[in-house]
Amino acid sequence: MADKFETPVLGDVEERPMPALACGAMAQSRSYVAAPAHQEALGFPKELVPDWQEKAIAKMGDLLSRYRSLRVYMDICVKCGACTDKCHYFLGTGDPKNMPVARQDLFRSVYRRYFTLAGKIAPKLVGAKEFTKELLDEWFNYFHQCSQCRRCSVFCPYGIDTAEISMAAREIMDSIGYGQKYCNEIIGKVHKIGNNLGLPAPALEDTLAGLEEDMEADSGVAVKMPLDVHGAEVLLITPSADFFAEPHVLGLMGYAKVFHASGVSWTLSTKASEAGNFGMFIGNYEQMRKIAMRIREAAIELGVKRIVFGECGHAWRVAYSFLNTLVGPWDFLDPRYPVPQHIVEFTTDLIRRKGIKLDKSGNDGMVLTFHDSCNIARASRMGDFPGGQFVLPREIIKATVPKFVDMNRDTILEKTFCCGGGGGLLTDELMEVRVKGAKPRLEALKQVVEQEGVTHMATICAICKAQFTKVLPYYGYDREMIVSVHQLVSNTIILGDND
Amino acid sequence: MTTVFAILFAVATTVLVVGLVAKIIQFARTPAPLKIPTTPAPLTKSGAAFRVAREVVVFESLFKSNKPLWIFAVLFHLGLFVVLARHVRYFQEHVWLPFQLVQPFGLYAGLMMMGGLALLALRRAVVPRIAYITSPSDWLMLFLLMGIGASGLAMKLIAHTDIIGVKAFFIGLMSFEIHPLPEDPVLAVHLGLVALLMIVFPFSKLLHAPGIFFSPTRNQNDDPRERRHLSNWAAKLEAGRN
Repeated sequence: MADKFETPVLGDVEERPMPALACGAMAQSRSYVAAPAHQEALGFPKELVPDWQEKAIAKMGDLLSRYRSLRVYMDICVKCGACTDKCHYFLGTGDPKNMPVARQDLFRSVYRRYFTLAGKIAPKLVGAKEFTKELLDEWFNYFHQCSQCRRCSVFCPYGIDTAEISMAAREIMDSIGYGQKYCNEIIGKVHKIGNNLGLPAPALEDTLAGLEEDMEADSGVAVKMPLDVHGAEVLLITPSADFFAEPHVLGLMGYAKVFHASGVSWTLSTKASEAGNFGMFIGNYEQMRKIAMRIREAAIELGVKRIVFGECGHAWRVAYSFLNTLVGPWDFLDPRYPVPQHIVEFTTDLIRRKGIKLDKSGNDGMVLTFHDSCNIARASRMGDFPGGQFVLPREIIKATVPKFVDMNRDTILEKTFCCGGGGGLLTDELMEVRVKGAKPRLEALKQVVEQEGVTHMATICAICKAQFTKVLPYYGYDREMIVSVHQLVSNTIILGDND
Repeated sequence: MTTVFAILFAVATTVLVVGLVAKIIQFARTPAPLKIPTTPAPLTKSGAAFRVAREVVVFESLFKSNKPLWIFAVLFHLGLFVVLARHVRYFQEHVWLPFQLVQPFGLYAGLMMMGGLALLALRRAVVPRIAYITSPSDWLMLFLLMGIGASGLAMKLIAHTDIIGVKAFFIGLMSFEIHPLPEDPVLAVHLGLVALLMIVFPFSKLLHAPGIFFSPTRNQNDDPRERRHLSNWAAKLEAGRN
């Protein structure tokens, strides 16, 4: 079924291309349901339980009582439609159920039927629906076509965040034995092995040794990739894709070089060899907390003083916004630094203090643009002022390349478009959704490529990097256009004597 | 008719107040376990309060979102606000100055409100995306508001009603005394629809009015690294950890 679709034609971003409604256009694009083994590893029922409807409604009641976001957002939507043209999946597919409010209504219709007076008395009048198996299948389908990017929440007059609702829907589906294979299998690997990719400690050691050799061969300087070093100053938590995927790994080398040049001792951890936290994607607080706990344990065991996160979008949301809540307080770490810090904050600070030297000739001929990753842009911050998450990465890029241009202003900063692969959708069976969902971003990219001669697009998220390198070729662009921010640093940083 | 409306308004007021208070208590008591402001967000609590105030007063996010819709929404809400302020005189023996000053603008506000409603309805019918997400209740709400506005304007422009009598009725009602309500079919329609609106308020999308104040993406400040945010139910998970 994969690849049996037409890649959309990129329109002109200035014209804000708007699709005609295509009902059911994405009804066939469906995630795989989690196998019993994937479900069991997380303590969820192995398969759809016989009394699933009753259980699902009970779970909905439980979530309504525990999450104010869900409680309030179920009640206050006025169906104004301000969100209807904001979701990249709607813009890319035309399927009306990919409009944020329509996606929410899959949930809201059940809420109204079982939890509101109006829905009990006059279901038809208020769009309340019986929770049938067909509707459950629509839930499974369309709540796995939401990347939880929160673009809709920026534009909603009440701040209704579809991500909150898709997370709740996924948690309900997990609780009745109807989880998604991709997310749940990966979470199982984190619990069992320590990272999303299932990379065991010896393989990680080998990989890091190989990277050290590469860097030394390249630069003539012995830049280290320390692993499980007790007493290091900094514990670096980075997405496991950084260990081998491209362009991720080039970014990892960048972090290593920055640490090397700064003279700050650092280490990776085998126990917490993953920044990603898919517990967020499935909306499960307990899973999210359990995954985050590895980081606390690793920090205590290794006796580090600071925690720094590598380039990863949703990981940074969990780290910045939730880590203190989930597994804090961090009173055993150095109070002079925020916990956690982002590698971009670390590097920007060094650049500002002239603690590292950069030579732009390392990136000769490159014209850069920057893709703001959704979870960083709309769900977290960097630096000490609102919007620092937009300023700091651009500051690094501008310091490392000859020319930088931003894309259309309606597609960057807080209005950035998702790459199309976030939120637990980075799986092959969803390729059609991913390719079409990338369309709005790529329309903006196309414009700067054609008008400004942009050669590369930098980003600071492992999912964005993986998604774009996979999807760009569908639209006739080279996958190597995508670069890590710290890859740019890696190409320009002057190693050796940095007193 | 007087008795019917006296009872109707007593019931409607009770339902509105009890229903709204219950909903507000429910919103307020439900924990928000995670920090989820849509960023960039204000760093301080007062900054977040100001953000909510901007949403309530000038519809900031809607302005970012959709300019025509913003204009329609402002027309309706601002019109309604002035019309409501103008109606306060029916409930005060001695009318406060601001409510006296607003009197001359009532008609324009009423027309603004009706214009806004008409444009919102037109948009709901014409734009396929909006038609798709519309339930019958969304139409009924528009018709209800239009009915209230039209009957109100009819009494202003076509056939004046005995407003002295109306005022006596409501002021009496507020101290549980029944004074005769003027016999006027347009007034009856107007008041009947208003009572209906009050009754459906706590059970409908009109909850967006109190709800916006409880929206975590808007009312939370951005300080999760500085301050640990922990809800009661999440704190219970912490027993026995390192």
